[in-house]
Amino acid sequence: MSFLRITSPHGHGPLTTAQVMQTVLLATLPGVVVLTWFFGPGTLINILFGGAVALACEYASLWLRDREPAPYLSDYSVLVTSTLLCIALPPYAPWWLVTTGILASVILGKHVFGGLGYNPFNPAMVGYVVLLISFPLQMSTWQAPRGLGEVPGLGDSVTALLTPGAYDGVTMATPLDLLRQNKGLLLDDLYAQAPQMVQWAGIGWEWVNIEFQAGGVWVIYGGVFTWHAPVGMLVMLGLCAAAGFDSGSSESGGSPLFHWLSGATMFGAFFIITDPVSGATSNRGRLLFGALVGLLLYLIRVHGNYPDALAFAVLILNFAAPFIDQYTQPVTYGHRPQREDEE
Amino acid sequence: MTTVFDIHGGIHPPEEKSLSNPGEVLDAGIPPTLVLPLSQHIGKPPTLEVAIGDRVKGGQLLAAAEGLVSVPLHAPTSGVITAIEPRPVPHPSGLENLCVELRCDGEDDWLELEGFENWQSEAPETLVASVRAAGIAGMGGAGFPTAVKLLAPQRAPMHTLIINGTECEPYITADDTLMQVQAADIVLGAEILAHILGVERILLAVEDNKPAALTAMQAAAADAGRVCEVMTFPTKYPSGGEKQLIEILTGKQVPTGGLPADLGIVCQNPGTAVAVKNAICEGRPLTDRIVTVTGRALARPGNYRTRLGTPIDHLLGVAGFEPKNNRRLIHGGPMMGFALESADVPVIKTTNCILVPTEQELPTPPPAQACIRCGLCAEACPASLLPQQLYWYARARDQEQLERHHLADCIECGACSWVCPSHIPLVQYYRAAKGMMADSRAEKIRSDRSRGRFEARQERLEQEAAAREAQRAARRAAAQQKAAQGGADDPVAAAIARAKAKKEAAAEESGES
Ligand code: SF4
Ligand code: SF4
Repeated sequence: MSFLRITSPHGHGPLTTAQVMQTVLLATLPGVVVLTWFFGPGTLINILFGGAVALACEYASLWLRDREPAPYLSDYSVLVTSTLLCIALPPYAPWWLVTTGILASVILGKHVFGGLGYNPFNPAMVGYVVLLISFPLQMSTWQAPRGLGEVPGLGDSVTALLTPGAYDGVTMATPLDLLRQNKGLLLDDLYAQAPQMVQWAGIGWEWVNIEFQAGGVWVIYGGVFTWHAPVGMLVMLGLCAAAGFDSGSSESGGSPLFHWLSGATMFGAFFIITDPVSGATSNRGRLLFGALVGLLLYLIRVHGNYPDALAFAVLILNFAAPFIDQYTQPVTYGHRPQREDEE
Repeated sequence: MTTVFDIHGGIHPPEEKSLSNPGEVLDAGIPPTLVLPLSQHIGKPPTLEVAIGDRVKGGQLLAAAEGLVSVPLHAPTSGVITAIEPRPVPHPSGLENLCVELRCDGEDDWLELEGFENWQSEAPETLVASVRAAGIAGMGGAGFPTAVKLLAPQRAPMHTLIINGTECEPYITADDTLMQVQAADIVLGAEILAHILGVERILLAVEDNKPAALTAMQAAAADAGRVCEVMTFPTKYPSGGEKQLIEILTGKQVPTGGLPADLGIVCQNPGTAVAVKNAICEGRPLTDRIVTVTGRALARPGNYRTRLGTPIDHLLGVAGFEPKNNRRLIHGGPMMGFALESADVPVIKTTNCILVPTEQELPTPPPAQACIRCGLCAEACPASLLPQQLYWYARARDQEQLERHHLADCIECGACSWVCPSHIPLVQYYRAAKGMMADSRAEKIRSDRSRGRFEARQERLEQEAAAREAQRAARRAAAQQKAAQGGADDPVAAAIARAKAKKEAAAEESGES
């Protein structure tokens, strides 16, 4: 009788890569629901349309690279990339914007480097930056939140996607835009003047951030990734904001709470910088990686010229990740320096 | 109870221990033939003391130890030697080894055995010699000759003996069973070992998933002739790894590349302790052991007292093997054991478990997917390595980075592969990479050696050249002197002498080059 020769271990834990990806997808749900509530179904439509484009693009890339597509498609990774990109895109974006972003993410962000696991940059952020540089206008229009403007319905969303010229929604500057553009008003006056600014950050945005945070905490609790990068980023962002918050002068950079709950902060902290492929490897490295993203995020937000700074901060740190790894390798068993009293 | 420490990483795979019903010992019986590999351990094979056709009794010496790291072999029962030839032995690579085949007569007729009446008054050297003569090798892992471990005090004093009853691998309950049924023998064996080693402290380590074994060991320790501390700690794989256990019990780490002995610690397995007790108190050599025969492809899984050399085929028959729905035969546990291609190999001293799972139980792994660098492997690694980096560098054959990331400190526990959501057989890559590094180290030693030879030759040539140069200078000086002396009375003769000296020197020079 001949038995199968396989190397140890002979058992396996319960988790699969597809499940890891599904968990991440599921965890974006609360944030997406709140986005939809405040800004209408635009993001949802983006995600669905983008997902379809991404699957087709992944299939074609694998086929061109002479790989068997089925096992790669079944790991759900491309859907994670497309979903994250589409959440970051403005709702009611035209189809060509979404498609260009997806193509950039999947092909430029991933396949040119050899596919999943080999990409040095966060694919979703690669797509985002390509769009931001190519189409700055479309990338910086954002729908007005519920309460300040009419929230579009499903029909409008589909029209906006497929026949961009035919749709004209109500757009409005985001709180981050306001803060950056305003250099003449005291912060308190700005809050009083602009209807989209409420007590913490901005209408809608604070709840979007809180929900993305909830989803992220759930993923960490499930053991799919560790707390180090998010905590590093949020703590550093908070510290920077506290240092730059001169109790609200016209030069003020906004309070820590404002920064935590604005724009893509929580989405970035829990869903973007936790991308393990392009981030740092060890836990200490992730803490440092997160902290540096937080620092850059603050600097670009306050002094830069973009709607939000996350994508740039992340891509710059992706560059630095291998160096961070060099200096944050954990101490291996038996390499701990021997203390005198251990002798 | 003393405090215990935690180790980094670790996993909690399903334990599956109750399947083999720990605490009950079944008898595997005497098979028609036994196949005894001459070398069952690390080290030199022993030399044969019997020939084909010889009739032997149980306990009789079949092969004598050869050198320090060698272990003798004894007959596990009475019978006739029917073959001495290479046979397949349990080994990950399907190795063949010289084996003695013993046709058993079923009488189980043994030699008269005699132990020490009063071992406490014997010198450690005498007892070590008896341990060596009994053919005892570590019964937990690599099968290192026990007597060699007992020589540790010759280098530095030892202070602690640990009896490692952790048995953290799923499925295996051989030590658990032994601790339940022979706790007193284990403790006595530990006392003998402590006497040999001259240690002050005996620690009996039991993981907290074996309450019955723990109770038995505590009772036995209370009756012992000296203080034995029973320590228990939370269940986690791989707490039973020697290095991990030392950290759990003492908070100290064995320095990289070092041995527990560097910390003054010696670890032994409960089975080894019993074997030492048998050897010293009864003069009985090691010829049987408890083997956990388990898995859902068996009708009667359990712990079988098995004579060494029993074909695994026979053991499977006794345990009621049903081949349908089984594809794998594993020697050892599911985490670190290796798959055997054929059941036609014998039980050896390190055979603690034979596992025959069904496909539902331990499915054949699906093809590996890409590493998503999730870091779950690093979270699980008990050695605090970065398995995903090691994997990357192993594939790239980047030896420098493999060294920088301490591949050598990987204990091949398999925790990383177990958690990897992409089902990457990480340990397989590490074994291959270690092999590659060992090869290139050997290559380097070879080239160093030949460089050494080259340099020695160069030096010799230079020395010879220098010696010749000195001779030549002396000769030239003599000639010049002669010429100078001669020059006073005969300029012609002096000129001839000078020319001659010059020619001589030139001839020597060309002769050398
Ligand atoms: S667990 Fe597997 S997929 Fe995750 S980082 Fe380690 S090797 Fe890569
Ligand atoms: S096999 Fe090696 S790398 Fe993997 S968990 Fe065990 S010690 Fe760490």
